[in-house]
Amino acid sequence: MRTVKSVFTKGLRVKELALQMKRIGVDSSSVIVLSTLSSGFALALQSYAGLSRIGGQEMLGVIVAWGMTRELGPVLTAIMVCGRSGSAIAAELGTMQITEQVDALRTLCISPFHYLIVPRILAGTLIMPFLTLFGMFFGILGGYLFALITLTSSPEIYLVNIRNFLTLGDIVGGLIKSCAFGYIIAFVGCYKGFQTTGGARGVGLSTTQAVVVGCIAILIANYFLSVYLWKAGL
Amino acid sequence: MITIKHLTKEFNGRKVLDNLNLELPDGKMTVIIGRSGEGKSVLLKSIIGLLYPTSGSISIDNKEVTRLSERERETFYKTCGYVFQFAALLDSLTVFENVGLSLLEHGLKEEEVRPLVIEKLALVELHSDIMDRYPSDLSGGMRKRVGIARTLISHPSIILYDEPTTGLDPITSRVVHELMRDMQKRLKVTSVIISHDLEVFKYVDYVALLYEGNIKYFGEASTIWESDNPYIYQFIRGLTTGPIQQN
Repeated sequence: MRTVKSVFTKGLRVKELALQMKRIGVDSSSVIVLSTLSSGFALALQSYAGLSRIGGQEMLGVIVAWGMTRELGPVLTAIMVCGRSGSAIAAELGTMQITEQVDALRTLCISPFHYLIVPRILAGTLIMPFLTLFGMFFGILGGYLFALITLTSSPEIYLVNIRNFLTLGDIVGGLIKSCAFGYIIAFVGCYKGFQTTGGARGVGLSTTQAVVVGCIAILIANYFLSVYLWKAGL
Repeated sequence: MITIKHLTKEFNGRKVLDNLNLELPDGKMTVIIGRSGEGKSVLLKSIIGLLYPTSGSISIDNKEVTRLSERERETFYKTCGYVFQFAALLDSLTVFENVGLSLLEHGLKEEEVRPLVIEKLALVELHSDIMDRYPSDLSGGMRKRVGIARTLISHPSIILYDEPTTGLDPITSRVVHELMRDMQKRLKVTSVIISHDLEVFKYVDYVALLYEGNIKYFGEASTIWESDNPYIYQFIRGLTTGPIQQN
């Protein structure tokens, strides 16, 4: 709420927001591609092994698509971004804290909250759905490549089943989750960064805590969001 | 006039400042000296409001500054500048952006801010061709001077310097000392300096010695070497015996 209020009362720093979206989002894209592609491949392999026992190999495509859109895509993307960008936010703000750069902002009549925290939280919340969409696509592509390379399942049926059974609600639910995860990553990174004390060791500690707390918070939030979205029909 | 009355600051039950009383005269340079860890920086940060005192009061021109609202504090920061020990320049910004930051963030355009930044850099004897450089490209002395220029941009009537010559060679230290004195004479600002450098006595008007959370000596800098106050006598001569105990 304070972030939104700050945007309306003090204005949005568009240039800084764009920079943070690039740092959190664009710069994480290669990591997202690699992790979701390989996870999609592995998910397809494991699903195929299970489905073949009950003769349901034809459903491989939609199983991978549901897994990637509803759970793995948002969660895996969030955990990768937390490791990469959540830690970077905590390290950057932590270093600024111990080198008195945050105090310097205060003495220059600049609110550190508006200057440092608001653009990061907004950037994290806004860019995560795009990254997640990216992750969903490459995860499903990973499954398709499995079908194509191993020829254990027909690539055409893989795609037809996705078209027939995957709904927009599956994707929207995942994207709603990703907004919440983006907020959590940026909030935890900023909080741990601002709590930093005690020099280089303190920065290291804050960075580690930002990743650990962020990942745990994402997994816990994922459970509650899944329940809420399921009840909401998504 | 900065008036500090019965100021106490505790950290985890440990009193760093203990019922401290001090009056810092207008338009003069005062240096606060004392052993490391005595709370000099705590005192300076309490004056500017970066730390809140446990008890006591700090008033500037009869206005209490420890209980300012957020809006009042913003106005207060326009009249009171702080030069950090290691300059605290924002390392992601250029020299121009660092010096002009407060103006840029409060809505002025770059072309309006640029001449003001050039003027302030000239005041601290820096050429405008460093404006596009980053703090990491500057020497320690240059960083300190950029830090002073950043403080001067809002025309403060009070400047607080936290160990401005720490880590500098004697020549650069002298340049910074002369610069501080020059600022004080030209701009008629009240300067409060924390320093371990005894050379500073040549440039300041008053000296205050902080020990065990309290001011044990306050007097004119010109007569400090003749003082028979046992605390200042021991401290400025670096004697191991006397009322100041070793850690």
